[in-house]
Amino acid sequence: MPLELSRLDEAMLAGRDGPAAAMALRIVADTARMLGADRLIDIASAHIDGCLYHGNSGTLFAERLRADGGRVRVPTTLNVGALDLVHPGRERLSADQAQMARRLMAAYAGLGCRESWTCAPYQAGHRPALGQDVAWGESNAVVFCNSVLGARTNRYGDFLDICAAITGRAPRAGLHLSQNRRAEILIDASGLKPTLVAEDAFYPVLGAWLGATVGDRIAAIDGLPRGLAEDRLKALGAAAASTGAVGLFHVVGTTPEAPDRATAFGDVPPHETIRLTPAMLEAARRRLSTGTLPADGRIDAVAIGSPHLSEAEVDALLAGLAGRRVAIPFYACTGRHVLERIEGDGRRAALDAAGVTVIADTCIVVTPILTSSSGLLVTNSGKFAHYTPSTTGWDVLYGSLADCIESAVTGRLALDEAIWR
Amino acid sequence: MRAEPILPGSASGPILRLDGPLSFWGGVDPATGALTDPQAQHRGTRIGGSILMVPETRGSSSSSAVMLELLSAGLAPVAIVLGRLDAILGLGILVAREMGWPTIPLLVLPAADQAGFSDGERVAIAEDGTIGRI
Repeated sequence: MPLELSRLDEAMLAGRDGPAAAMALRIVADTARMLGADRLIDIASAHIDGCLYHGNSGTLFAERLRADGGRVRVPTTLNVGALDLVHPGRERLSADQAQMARRLMAAYAGLGCRESWTCAPYQAGHRPALGQDVAWGESNAVVFCNSVLGARTNRYGDFLDICAAITGRAPRAGLHLSQNRRAEILIDASGLKPTLVAEDAFYPVLGAWLGATVGDRIAAIDGLPRGLAEDRLKALGAAAASTGAVGLFHVVGTTPEAPDRATAFGDVPPHETIRLTPAMLEAARRRLSTGTLPADGRIDAVAIGSPHLSEAEVDALLAGLAGRRVAIPFYACTGRHVLERIEGDGRRAALDAAGVTVIADTCIVVTPILTSSSGLLVTNSGKFAHYTPSTTGWDVLYGSLADCIESAVTGRLALDEAIWR
Repeated sequence: MRAEPILPGSASGPILRLDGPLSFWGGVDPATGALTDPQAQHRGTRIGGSILMVPETRGSSSSSAVMLELLSAGLAPVAIVLGRLDAILGLGILVAREMGWPTIPLLVLPAADQAGFSDGERVAIAEDGTIGRI
């Protein structure tokens, strides 16, 4: 089926809105042809992943858009960059790389994007409505947007995100279409122990298992408590979108397109049902750890905040620390939207006093922050656990937030295995 | 064997075939083109110059940026054959074209058919998607 462009699309391609808009629409239209879309649709907002430095090519592309008069035409937030602009000097980039990363971030700001610099835009005031079409990048933001907000986005790759924001258009394909949003696989979690399901640390493990098991298919998880907390859904989705190409999942009784099992599946029986067992989860949990603990139990650092910590997660960290200081580097990654809230009331000062290194605008797996090229990191983030070995060279051990805090306070691994039994 | 040409073109070179899924971001070093995923086969191998054959891609939406960086630096494979379409990789190739940098063909060949090729075998890909041994 050939792609049919609207009269406005044709005018934009012909240069009505300048060369940047024309180039952006060529890229959107060619992507639509790759996907077999029949036409383009309007989008209501965008979230841009392309502002993270991976090499000079991305900077040159963004600067080309800017030089050619590009400007976003829908509300647009920015994902993390490679620099912590709030706390200069945290990254160990060469002067040249830092310069190119800074130019990249400036180019995207200059295109009219909001300088949110967070992978959790949905907790920074960017919350499209149920059923609204948007164009978001960053795999965890995409899965949250689709699953938890019920807004509709495909997994927009770097560059298509900004092209959609500049043109206000996206391919009519994939998860924008109602018939492609129905669950195909039923995950029956009803056999798991209520004590396990009550732990925050369960959700990244569930997500890691889900992504590795379902890939890009849409699952509905049934048998979890109704009305799951947003931060648990965030952790689940981020892990699932790391181990698999998950763009949407449903949790029956919690997420907006799955008030009940029949609705989640569009009144069609599941293609496949998987009854989740403790053994499956245990295997997934083991895969989140790559490191072997030295005999003395010493670890080198702790990192939390992928996706970026919410205000509630900062509060949980402070409560767990209970006034104690960490003995090893402890990185807490968050966004400006949280810093603004914790700076005036003593919470930021409490983190600093505890020795916690607060990272904003970026995180430890997207830019070099860890102080050596190898070591052993403890994290409660499924996404950090998945990406730390390949992006930093460090080994990783997965644990709960309490495990992270107790390990950081003593400098020695303190894993509470009882929660998993 | 004929693959579906998503972004058509011709190329020839040795096949670098992975059995498991690959994420370009976090799985390929954009500065060298080396495979970095600790759980993947061929860790440390550079994908530049190869015909990269992968049953499935996964993970990050930054993979298009890694693709673009490899193309702009001359470190990309000469063609990529995926088991299933991944528009995020294709996007990196489209942007390279817009920037006037070299591009490569992108094809889809189901994983079962990929198994008919062996790692290291030299093949030529034609505009119509035909993959032939040379």
